[in-house]
Amino acid sequence: MKVDFTHKQTAHCENGVVSNLMTYNGFPISEPMVFGIGSGLLYCYIPFLKVNHAPAITYRVMPGMIFKKFAKRVGIKIKKEKFKNPKEAKARLDENLNKNNPVGLQVGVYNLTYFPDEYRFHFNAHNLVVYGKDDTSYLISDPVMEEVTSLTDKELEKVRFAKGAFAPKGHIYYPIDFPEELDLKNAIIKGINHTCKDMLAPIPILGVKGIKYVAKLIRKWPKKHGVKKANHYLGQIVRMQEEIGTGGGGFRYIFAAFLQESSEILKNDKLINLSKEMTEIGDLWRDFALNASRIYKNRKAEQDSYESIAVQLDEIADREKVFFTQLKKAIK
Amino acid sequence: MKKEEIPQDKSNLESADFKELYYAVDDKGNYVTAKSSGWDPKTIALDNAIQDINERVEIAKQKVLNHQTSPIEYYMELHKMDLSILSSYVGIWKWRVKRHFKPSVFKKLNLNTLKKYAEVFEISLNELQQIKE
Repeated sequence: MKVDFTHKQTAHCENGVVSNLMTYNGFPISEPMVFGIGSGLLYCYIPFLKVNHAPAITYRVMPGMIFKKFAKRVGIKIKKEKFKNPKEAKARLDENLNKNNPVGLQVGVYNLTYFPDEYRFHFNAHNLVVYGKDDTSYLISDPVMEEVTSLTDKELEKVRFAKGAFAPKGHIYYPIDFPEELDLKNAIIKGINHTCKDMLAPIPILGVKGIKYVAKLIRKWPKKHGVKKANHYLGQIVRMQEEIGTGGGGFRYIFAAFLQESSEILKNDKLINLSKEMTEIGDLWRDFALNASRIYKNRKAEQDSYESIAVQLDEIADREKVFFTQLKKAIK
Repeated sequence: MKKEEIPQDKSNLESADFKELYYAVDDKGNYVTAKSSGWDPKTIALDNAIQDINERVEIAKQKVLNHQTSPIEYYMELHKMDLSILSSYVGIWKWRVKRHFKPSVFKKLNLNTLKKYAEVFEISLNELQQIKE
């Protein structure tokens, strides 16, 4: 069986699953809209988590939060389930496919056979859609891939029951109830307000303050950990900021696209200028990544090069502080 | 970023014939999406990370050959895992997994425990007990 499902490549997996599932159910909505309404944008240093032996920094909210907030704000209901038993997880998936209902799944990347080897790390917050099944395999629409693909029974079970941080536990989700019309206007305002609140939060590791915090860390790293480790950490920061899924510039460009689309829906011209400003901020993040890469490219560096990228981060933090303060005012 | 500035560098994506999606503005300042074959700053970061893993694997291998650690640590590194990831895959407490790194403890491990590790690493018991030089 196979559902008539339209696969559309997106930058980020969670946005993509939501956008593609919504479109399938008759509510076409863009990736940036999903991201913005779901308050996807963030900056957070996570002190207790290490990814690939380096500190974790995220440019987006926790996995699953975008869909959760998006659903609440536009008034759709989602059914979500996790499983202990892989057999039950498979049964629930098959049941939905039998009803011609494509579903979202949370999976681990390490055993995703269609990913390039170099990208297969133990990252468990990836999302994809299963839209059908044939004799040998499940039909997969992975939003970050250009085309649809497939996974065998065994392969799918493995990625659904990957272990470690954010273990998916067979997590399956799909929308079950829709309003007559999506109330985008209110949803956009709620989404923006929430993002502004997060980014301006008085918490040292979160939002604008988090950016400053990491700038401070970067200054300390070469002395504290030695150049090799410091450079490894920098490389990881750039990867988390620029890797597949971010749309470039640590999700800042997707957010700028969201503001541009919102300016028309809300008929608010201020958002056009703010979108332009966010694009420039995105460019600053790219510059930061480029300069950081010059440091770790040679695997050695002078203290003042760390200082100079830390200064860059401080500047970005200042720009974002002004930006989110203005954005908050613009939608009042 | 302007659409024409989207980087088209060579990257690891090429092997899988795969391009990723970027958001950028066109001539009129409107946001559009466009594909990228890769960007050097992150390709270098990824290459370094892989090199780093290979170094870790090699160090672990030497330690096994010098009887300083058990093959479990080697296979853990080979599978890009750390202690907490391995611990959750085998369902054994972290401190116990760490103890199993000791060659003397590893030698005395019962069959059941060994099987658990072999299953996670997708290898035979033989391969688990004797790594290839």
